[in-house]
Amino acid sequence: MKNIRIIPRLDIKGSNVVKPVQADALRIVGSPHELAQRYYRDGADELLYLDIVASLYGRSIDLNLLRSVTENIFIPMTVGGGVQSVQNARNILRFGADKIAVNTYAIRRPALIRELADEFGSQCVVLSIEAKRQPGNWWEAYTDGGREHSGRNVIDWVQEALTLGAGEILLTSIDADGRRVGYDVELLQQVAAVARIPIIIYGGAQSPQSLYEAIENGADAVAAATIFHYNEYSIHETKGYLQEKGVSIRTL
Amino acid sequence: MKTAKTIAIIDYGAGNLQSIFFALRTLGAQPVITEDADSLRHVQGIVLPGVGAFGAGMAGLKVRGLDTALRDCAQAGVPILGICLGAQLLFSTGYEFGTHTGLGIIAGDVIHFPPLAGNEKVPHVGWNSLYSPAADRWEGTILTGIAPLTSFYFVHSYVVVPTNEADILARTHYGGYEFASVVRRGNIYGCQFHPEKSAEAGLTVLKNFINL
Repeated sequence: MKNIRIIPRLDIKGSNVVKPVQADALRIVGSPHELAQRYYRDGADELLYLDIVASLYGRSIDLNLLRSVTENIFIPMTVGGGVQSVQNARNILRFGADKIAVNTYAIRRPALIRELADEFGSQCVVLSIEAKRQPGNWWEAYTDGGREHSGRNVIDWVQEALTLGAGEILLTSIDADGRRVGYDVELLQQVAAVARIPIIIYGGAQSPQSLYEAIENGADAVAAATIFHYNEYSIHETKGYLQEKGVSIRTL
Repeated sequence: MKTAKTIAIIDYGAGNLQSIFFALRTLGAQPVITEDADSLRHVQGIVLPGVGAFGAGMAGLKVRGLDTALRDCAQAGVPILGICLGAQLLFSTGYEFGTHTGLGIIAGDVIHFPPLAGNEKVPHVGWNSLYSPAADRWEGTILTGIAPLTSFYFVHSYVVVPTNEADILARTHYGGYEFASVVRRGNIYGCQFHPEKSAEAGLTVLKNFINL
């Protein structure tokens, strides 16, 4: 039986882990080294490491910082932020990433997904989607850390990305992110209905109960930031809860 | 004082070598990333990593003369650890995008996952357990000290099918299908999972390999 993955998410700005609190406000949470090490020790199955301003400022992520974070962490790392070419991705992989997350530049130039899949394999390409609910019950894909709209329907975009070779989906609800209202389960169900690749859901986790609901509704992996960053729940405790609910989980 | 063992990490253009490098270094070995076939004569162990397609992987080895060098090292008894695609390349024949001849160090085929029960997805991504096909088979191998059902991190769409049952050191179940997740023939090992990404259990496997 394959286990459901629990994945802490590190949003990086400069050399800090930050948490977007509202539209443009960020709160500094702490050091990526300390948080990554803590989550690794506590049983995280994987880590998300996303430079949230790289594409906005048109620069690429700090590779030395990345390496210093990854060299003592022996679980998979998905890294993203401003990836616009195979060369960019290769550098990030060389500095310790296992998978590359793409959003902004993939929407601008979808062929990027195919180029990355051809070069590194689909398993290496994570399509990051920032979805915002629209009147009329559809979701629009946003870019640049939830700042810009693309005009694209999330479901259409997922289907196109699948044909281009995306291997996994990181599905963020902009509406739920930072609001602690639970994951957007409806969004998850709609994407799960068309995607035959693993889905990591993110945004809005309030408690281990939220994670359980997402798993029940088709998530292959659940990502969270706030509840872990502020020690409201440890990974260990969250896994214990899910295991009691009958979810198959890796234990230490 | 014990000198650190030199372990070659083969660079043939396929995948993330850095994590393996970090892991071996953390464990006290002296890892060397190399694509030079001659350099393999002087090492105490070889890791053959890799992600990507079988045919491209073999082509990457051949163009560097590493296919012959690896067969020679296997013959000479140098410990070799294939990881993921690297494990698959140890086999005779791969059926990914056509039919390709592998290194042939372990007899068997590399095939795509068959259709799976429970609508399970391919690639198989995530943590999954190891089962021992026979009691005590792990003692003295790279799985020494690993408790049955311990989870490791997998990312793959193809599986190895060894011809000889005795070459299977561990099995894993996914979508109602059982596949060989660790294979062994003498000092030659293949792991379908990524030990360098499998937390402490993975480091134990690598430590055992270094100590072979």
